[in-house]
Amino acid sequence: MSTSLILLIVAIVGLAGYGIGARRSLAIAGGLSSKLHSRPGYYGSFVAVCAIVPAVFILFVWLVASPAVISSSIRGSFPEEVKAQSEAEQGLAFGMITSIARGMNVLSLEEIDRIGSNPVELRSALGAKGVPLAGDPQPYMIEAAGNLNTMTYASRLAMTAVVVVFSVLGAGLAYRRIAPRFRARNRVEKVILVSLVVASSIAILTTVGIVLSMLTEATRFFTHVPAWEFFFGTVWDPRFAAAGSGGSEGQFGLIPLLLGTLYIGFVAMLFAVPIGLFSAIYMAEYASPHVRSTAKPLLEVLAGIPTIVYGFFALTTVGPFLRDLSSQLNGLVTGDYSNFIQAQSVLTAGFVMGIMLIPYVSSLSDDIITAVPRALRDGSLGLGATRSETIKRVILPAALPGIVGALLMTASRAVGETMIVVLAAGVAARIQLNPFEPMTTVTVKIVNQLTGDLEFTSPQTLVAFALGITLFAITLCLNIYALYIVRKYREQYE
Amino acid sequence: MTDVVSPVSGIPKTKAGRRDIGIKRRYAAERRFRAYGVAALSFGIIFLMLLLWSVVSKGYTAFQQTMITIPIEFSEQTIDPQNERAANPQKLMTANYPVVARNALAKTLGVSVDDRVKIRAVGQLLSDGVRTQLRDMVVANPAIIGTTQNVALLAAGDIDSAFKGQINLSVAEGNRKISDQQVTWMNQLAESGVLAKHFNTGIFVNGASSRPEAAGVGVALIGSFYMMLIVLVLSLPIGVAASIYLEEFAPKNKFTDLIEVNINNLAAVPSIVYGLLGLAVFINFMGLPRSASLVGGLVLTLMTLPTIIIATRAALKAVPPSIRAAALGLGASKMQTIFHHVLPLAMPGILTGTIIGLAHALGETAPLLLIGMVAFVANYPATPLDPSTALPVQIYMWANEAERAFVERTSGAIIILLLFLIVMNVGAILLRRRFERRW
Repeated sequence: MSTSLILLIVAIVGLAGYGIGARRSLAIAGGLSSKLHSRPGYYGSFVAVCAIVPAVFILFVWLVASPAVISSSIRGSFPEEVKAQSEAEQGLAFGMITSIARGMNVLSLEEIDRIGSNPVELRSALGAKGVPLAGDPQPYMIEAAGNLNTMTYASRLAMTAVVVVFSVLGAGLAYRRIAPRFRARNRVEKVILVSLVVASSIAILTTVGIVLSMLTEATRFFTHVPAWEFFFGTVWDPRFAAAGSGGSEGQFGLIPLLLGTLYIGFVAMLFAVPIGLFSAIYMAEYASPHVRSTAKPLLEVLAGIPTIVYGFFALTTVGPFLRDLSSQLNGLVTGDYSNFIQAQSVLTAGFVMGIMLIPYVSSLSDDIITAVPRALRDGSLGLGATRSETIKRVILPAALPGIVGALLMTASRAVGETMIVVLAAGVAARIQLNPFEPMTTVTVKIVNQLTGDLEFTSPQTLVAFALGITLFAITLCLNIYALYIVRKYREQYE
Repeated sequence: MTDVVSPVSGIPKTKAGRRDIGIKRRYAAERRFRAYGVAALSFGIIFLMLLLWSVVSKGYTAFQQTMITIPIEFSEQTIDPQNERAANPQKLMTANYPVVARNALAKTLGVSVDDRVKIRAVGQLLSDGVRTQLRDMVVANPAIIGTTQNVALLAAGDIDSAFKGQINLSVAEGNRKISDQQVTWMNQLAESGVLAKHFNTGIFVNGASSRPEAAGVGVALIGSFYMMLIVLVLSLPIGVAASIYLEEFAPKNKFTDLIEVNINNLAAVPSIVYGLLGLAVFINFMGLPRSASLVGGLVLTLMTLPTIIIATRAALKAVPPSIRAAALGLGASKMQTIFHHVLPLAMPGILTGTIIGLAHALGETAPLLLIGMVAFVANYPATPLDPSTALPVQIYMWANEAERAFVERTSGAIIILLLFLIVMNVGAILLRRRFERRW
């Protein structure tokens, strides 16, 4: 029976339990709900919870545990000479057995009888059904595959039975506990509270998952490539070692990628910070409510546009425009119409990313500027300062820590941005300072390393996780520091 | 001292002119400062307009497709010369349909079938997609063999671009993709009304294709739809439950403080990191299939959760304490107070936050690239476990195609994506306007 069908049965038992429990409680109280400790619905819910929660829990545990139990039992029945082989070979044999077992489910009974334990015939029969095997199976594998199928079948049957029995049993026990003085509401509310706690710990689990998964994969990478070669290497050249060439695995130097990331982020901030900050100042201090109410949402539209659209804009509009502009300029000055800005360049990516970041800078700083107390403003204006002097000498210094925090948050976005740089920055990993040349970033390389058809255990793929954890660490530090500054600053005026 | 005892020397000074406090200079600085603000603001808005204009001007033509409507003779001689389709249905699948279409077009143009050079050029007017188009017609209804039907055929991508005026025809013939002869034919067909632009339904329903004229976002739309469904079903209940706990129940201690900092950080983690998480946990560890919208949905759920939690907490905070006090005072339990009174009042804010979170998830590309959604999928996914793509990933894939006609398609797909986002955001704004309560 499929898992979803079992879940459906459990749900039906729970629903029935709800109805029966609610009616039972009313019947016990003689139809007067005032005699009950809780409303009838809570008795019903109590029965439903008892029917569903333990059963689903058992189902989940069974689903996780049974494949491991079955596989260890099958491996235990391997012939001695197979057991003597390495762990990896045993794993291969087990993989073979599972695919045979899958294939045998497709075959009819007569076909299985006819094949018996003839490996060649089995392979051709499975091939005809569209289940290819890597090699000729050994006789013991066919036997093991048969065992595997029986055990899986038995396990599913037992699981179905146990889950349904537990569901009905839970409902029955809960039903028997229904009494006027029974505090059903408190029980149900406790269950709800526990589920709320579980939901909120998912946030923690996500972080733990990010850190653990990336650390384990990155550690595997560092067994191939020493950590210091990764963190301090200046050459990025993840050559794919040809089969049999042995040795040469390429160089995985982080420095060129990190420099590219920081350079492009710096160019982006160069555009975004003045524009965003001046827009924020204008909207907070000068603009009439009318202008503000139209300009602010318009700027925020920029934040709502997906980054892939910015990437496309950079690729098809900004990049070619800058390239053509540079060749025209070059032609005017030197008479040589060759472009000195590449279509994919630090400038293109940085400029478009800067446009993307404007709304982040402006809305964060807008909040911070408007949070500066009125009294400071009035005091300065009252002493005869002009508005711009007030802003420059009083408001900005007061808002500075908050603005720095906002800029740090924006910078962490610039560092983690992917789609714009994938399309507009190029893939050449090199160390140079010309903003008109392409450079590449950490995020681009993560995407490049993981979008091919690669073996998952090769250092070429695993390096993406080492890059990922570096990126995560950088943005985490930026964000925590920014949060710290912003919080501290907020306390000042509260 | 001297100033005080001899006022004579002081008074004329002030009379001669007020102390120069540089008022002109200061006012000029004030105006300059203000102009910087206006310039910055208009720069941002101009670039917004420029971006939208560049997408729309490149993409609006994608919603029209050049079709060639000609009478096609489904002659038995070409399709099934030995008359064996009853015995071998495979015959109809492999018949030479492009020749059927080409000959029909040649007849319309008055080109002899025996003129090998010209007939090849005629064939290039039509898309390769006519093969499947005619095949599907014949397989669906074998009775049309031997009859003549009027069929609207897809024009080739280059003809489509040329007819829309996107290919510069003043370039020397050798340097462009269509020959002068083909241009003449195209104009001839257009004049007689055989070749015309029709509304392009293909871009909405077709799957991936290497030919721009037959490529569409159908598969991507379904994949995105599945993902949005998964994100909604998972992240809304979990997000609301988490925020209720944090806002209403959680004691102020180290643990809840940790969760708090955590959520704020998760909201700022680069999206590509979520892709790595999905790859390591969902695909490698749990063994879920690659390219499946289920995995995409789960990854986007984790990514959207912090946004929804932050919005929900703000909405719960906005419900005044008097509501809680009144419910508690009438004997409701804390749970009842929250679920019967606070939550319904906070619902508009929660839904607004959810829609905005969903809109972000809809436009997200980077994590989906890592979990293998960069796939060439031509068939509709039947379940969330089947391989599919997503709308932004389709845009990314098309943006990397070299052919000119794909730029138009990409912009068209971006317009579709932006339309979805606009609808969602306008929905969120309307929801807020309609139901928001000020206390």
